[in-house]
Amino acid sequence: MSSSIKSKISERIQAIPRSGIREFFELVLNAGDVISLGVGEPDFSTPWHIREAAIYSLEKGQTSYTSNLGLLELRKSITKYVARKFHVAYDPVKEVIVTVGVSEALDLAFRALLNPGDEVIYHEPCYVSYSPTIYMAYGVPVVVETSADDDFALRAAAVEKAITPKTKVIMLNFPTNPTGAVMDPRELQGIADLALKHDLTVITDEIYSELLYDERTHPSIAALPGMKERTILMHGFSKAFAMTGFRLGYACAPSELTEAMMKIHQYSMLCAGITAQVAAIEALEHGAAPMEEMRKAYWRRRNLVVSKLNGAGLKTFQPGGAFYAFPDIRSTGMTSREFATRLLEEEKVAVVPGTAFGKAGEGFVRACYATDEKQLAIALDRIADFAQRHRKG
Amino acid sequence: MDALLDLLTKDSRLSVEDLAARLNLTPAAVQAKIAAWEADGTILGYQAVVDPEKTANGGVTALIEVRLTPERGGGFDRLAERVAKFDQVSTCWLMSGGYDLAVVVQAGSLQEVARFVAEKLSTLGGVLSTVTHFQLKIYKQNGFLSAPVPDGSRLPITP
Repeated sequence: MSSSIKSKISERIQAIPRSGIREFFELVLNAGDVISLGVGEPDFSTPWHIREAAIYSLEKGQTSYTSNLGLLELRKSITKYVARKFHVAYDPVKEVIVTVGVSEALDLAFRALLNPGDEVIYHEPCYVSYSPTIYMAYGVPVVVETSADDDFALRAAAVEKAITPKTKVIMLNFPTNPTGAVMDPRELQGIADLALKHDLTVITDEIYSELLYDERTHPSIAALPGMKERTILMHGFSKAFAMTGFRLGYACAPSELTEAMMKIHQYSMLCAGITAQVAAIEALEHGAAPMEEMRKAYWRRRNLVVSKLNGAGLKTFQPGGAFYAFPDIRSTGMTSREFATRLLEEEKVAVVPGTAFGKAGEGFVRACYATDEKQLAIALDRIADFAQRHRKG
Repeated sequence: MDALLDLLTKDSRLSVEDLAARLNLTPAAVQAKIAAWEADGTILGYQAVVDPEKTANGGVTALIEVRLTPERGGGFDRLAERVAKFDQVSTCWLMSGGYDLAVVVQAGSLQEVARFVAEKLSTLGGVLSTVTHFQLKIYKQNGFLSAPVPDGSRLPITP
């Protein structure tokens, strides 16, 4: 007597709910010709000089494994970049690990740190991976909900309320996907104080840190006194350098933590792709000007999106970073899901329901402005028409 | 470069309201800045960038390297300004290196270009020599590719 193959799947994995984004993805695929504001990646191709470096490395025959931690030349470029941008000094030999995207770095960090039952404080709405990755590492995700009244800022006081004797890690991500929220340096210091007081480790996902607007600079928690020794700083190339498909990221951490992550990485991945690593060196060494052009373009689009959405009666705060707007759609009387589904049906524009990013996203949708300006303008006009038609009172 | 000026070099057909929305400025402020730049010559004009292969009678374009004798108390200016005044001259730059003036000439035919060079340009007092190159194909001009490569398509929804 045999049971279904489905019953062979591990109970832990069966317990993970289907991603809210995935369902919506399938809806959009079936909807035909749609202007999608539902992406999480730049509309730009990787700048040509970076692609050319990758092509050249293939022509030269660079196709073998690299050191587990990544090409030393890349690690040196990374520590130079991190020192300049984040004001933290890491040793390229012992304190950097190159990973297959920040996604892998996240997984390594949680698996390296968490004992079963350890709690990880993180904020919602947030990137879809954090909670499931914590769970898969046998940790317990503990949510701090951020709110629109506060432009979705994360406050030290809210983090403090969530601390219990089982708290091991505080997880940070700002600028934030999906809200575009940024971190107030005073709150950051408050969070650092909590980490020091309760002997907690901090994991910080800084993937959008170059995409800041209105003369903001990015404060990294690892640069604060006493924090480098207890922080895993993660960053990558996908957003600022438009290298999503290259799948390349890195983590900088004290050597003991880097070594622990390396233990997992050496068996599960061996190393990140060499072509991507070579491209990444080119990006770090020579990519500043094209990156700035992209950032300026995102800034212009952000201004356009915020002004049009507010003009349409969908209250939208001005995000300080990343490339997402998170409008409040409650003036239509619909739920996030209803709004997104009906907008898709009636106007052929795709946005992502805020609930895909946590319960705190109910009443909101995520609109990505990493989209061609002309298409963006058309989509915004259609959203305005839709909001007008469905306005309640 | 100023963000508004930069945006105008990319698309000068955006309306004042569209420009203002993209730059977090008021339409009045945008209007005032543009008027000031037009008045002081920072903005010299607005042009559509056209691919001549797609038009009938695209004409002929030539790049001419001109060597000049500089003049006391003026250098190359007087001569260069005189060359620039010709309608056929669309571009005129003073250059470092093996020649002095890079002159781009547009005319109806090869013969017209040749006639211009022989009769109008080479005959100017102070012109030492010219070398004429004819343009064969435009790949990119003023930042616009003639055949834009379509960007790889993205999945419609990603986290």
